[in-house]
Amino acid sequence: MTLTGTLPLLRTHRYGSLLSVTGWVAVTVTLVVVLLSLLAPVLAPYDPDFVDLSSVLGGPSSAHLLGTDALGRDMLSRLMFGGRTSLVGPLIVVAASTVLGLLLGLAAGWTDGWISRILTRVFDLLFAFPALLLAMLAIAIFGKGLIAPILAMTISYIPYVARLTQQLVVAERSRPYVQAYRVLGFRTPWVVLGRVMPNLVPTVGAQSTLNFGYVLADLAALSFIGLGIQPPTSDWGAMIEEARGALLGGHVLPAFLPALVVVLIVVSINVIGEELSDRIGGKLS
Amino acid sequence: MAVTQLAAPPAPPTPATKKSPTAAPLALVLRRVGTLLITLFFASLIVFFSRFVLPGDPARFLLRGRSPKPEALAEITKQFGLDKPPIEQYFTWIGGILHGDWGRSLTYRQSVSDVLLNRLPVTLELVALAAVFITGLGLIAGMLASLNKGGWDRFILITVTAAGAIPPFVAAIVLTALFAVQLGWFPSFGSGDEGPSRLWHLTLPALALGVTFIAFMARVTRSSMNEQLTREHVEVATSRGLTRSSVVFRHVLRNALGPILTVSGVLIAGLLVSSAIVEQTFGLTGIGQLLVQSIDRLDFAVVQAIVMIIVTAFVLANTVVDLIQPLIDPRIAAGTESR
Repeated sequence: MTLTGTLPLLRTHRYGSLLSVTGWVAVTVTLVVVLLSLLAPVLAPYDPDFVDLSSVLGGPSSAHLLGTDALGRDMLSRLMFGGRTSLVGPLIVVAASTVLGLLLGLAAGWTDGWISRILTRVFDLLFAFPALLLAMLAIAIFGKGLIAPILAMTISYIPYVARLTQQLVVAERSRPYVQAYRVLGFRTPWVVLGRVMPNLVPTVGAQSTLNFGYVLADLAALSFIGLGIQPPTSDWGAMIEEARGALLGGHVLPAFLPALVVVLIVVSINVIGEELSDRIGGKLS
Repeated sequence: MAVTQLAAPPAPPTPATKKSPTAAPLALVLRRVGTLLITLFFASLIVFFSRFVLPGDPARFLLRGRSPKPEALAEITKQFGLDKPPIEQYFTWIGGILHGDWGRSLTYRQSVSDVLLNRLPVTLELVALAAVFITGLGLIAGMLASLNKGGWDRFILITVTAAGAIPPFVAAIVLTALFAVQLGWFPSFGSGDEGPSRLWHLTLPALALGVTFIAFMARVTRSSMNEQLTREHVEVATSRGLTRSSVVFRHVLRNALGPILTVSGVLIAGLLVSSAIVEQTFGLTGIGQLLVQSIDRLDFAVVQAIVMIIVTAFVLANTVVDLIQPLIDPRIAAGTESR
């Protein structure tokens, strides 16, 4: 055994499959949704914004597999293109908050003294602002759209990643391999970034996976109340909002389909995230 | 808003925050209140100075979306003291808030506090009703799952896992389609008049608001009770011949309350934030809808006030929970490990 300690990830493989059957189903669902969204320009049967007033609120048919909305637009095409706007936001937020949270958490966990204390206080303060609330404040300042909520949510999710990292680093600091590197005179940045950080990535990654589902739901909610993505751009949250009139008239499909996709993807990502953190996080406690 | 994310992971133990065995209750209260005030102070800095990140004329920022005449710009400059240095503006603002003067709403042309007071009852009633659903349904589902191993447990766990992933706005859509449009049992819009009509109008919104939290509460209750059920004092109580209900309520549930209480603090704040979405969807005239409308109408003074209220409620709820904990489990006050 070397001291490098990237073992935890390998070990899960040795003890059998990384995920349960449910987990793999969730991965499949997520991949299908992501692929359909990515390939929307190639696969979508219609232009998502093409209005056809002769086939308004049509049910599923051979021409329109999932029916049409109140403006006669093809639901399947809108769902596929909507996935692009609905998935890119959470992706940016999770990527940015993971990188920044990891670095700040390492700094807070590795040091004692004032840096650590100030960072801990800053994390505490940010916890007082629920992500959705900070996003609304940002929208009030910068205006509607995707940029303001993405900025605000990145800031909101940094402390979740950072505090987890901080806890892990505090535990990791006292482990023999770290002390061995110190005794051998390796430089701190090399030990922290090169040897300690890889050990934290699986656990932090599992948390970030969970965060993806929450961010997606929150951004969809913002579009739904009209503060996020603006119509006619197709976005799952905005599609549900646009379909409310049809819903009250008894046409459920235009509102239910995007709602179903949102729930499906959030459930799938929650399942994946929780299974990963159960598998990997076991060593934490 | 999703729920588990709200439950912030506990702060790592640092020597400074370790409780000494002799920590007196009064000292604990004072320290908590001190932390509360410091957090609120910094939060107010964020809320106030957030608008300074935008470059340009602050008067024009506050009057965005309108076509301001020079007199209007001059008036807004005078009203908000925009010609004074930012620090002085901050102290005027925070001083006003502490004295009940929350500024003036641009859309309503009356004081923010009047607008808020008109709107607050609906939100409080909505949150209270949701809290009843959460405590009632969540506790019962969690206890049922924990006490009936096998089929019931699995059924409740699966239902609760699925329900936990339904965002409030999706729940609102589904509930409206089912109970308002198809069955026609409940109204789909408006907050109704005071009294029974209000309750009738708030039932669907409260359920939509509560669904994730009901699921969360059920899960916490279940795992917390499961943990207690395996403990020695419960076995002792059972072997002493106490009735099942006595064991469950006096020995299991009481000890299981700790984690349940901890999450309810964060739940309340989550409810207030999500109420913005639910109120907007159901057309309820509460402060959540006011927040969304004020963002839409670029009425920044109202936005600042509501954000500050929700943050205060959030921090306050957590402080109260921290202070109640020792009353339920005296070992926390004594500083020993809570088990």
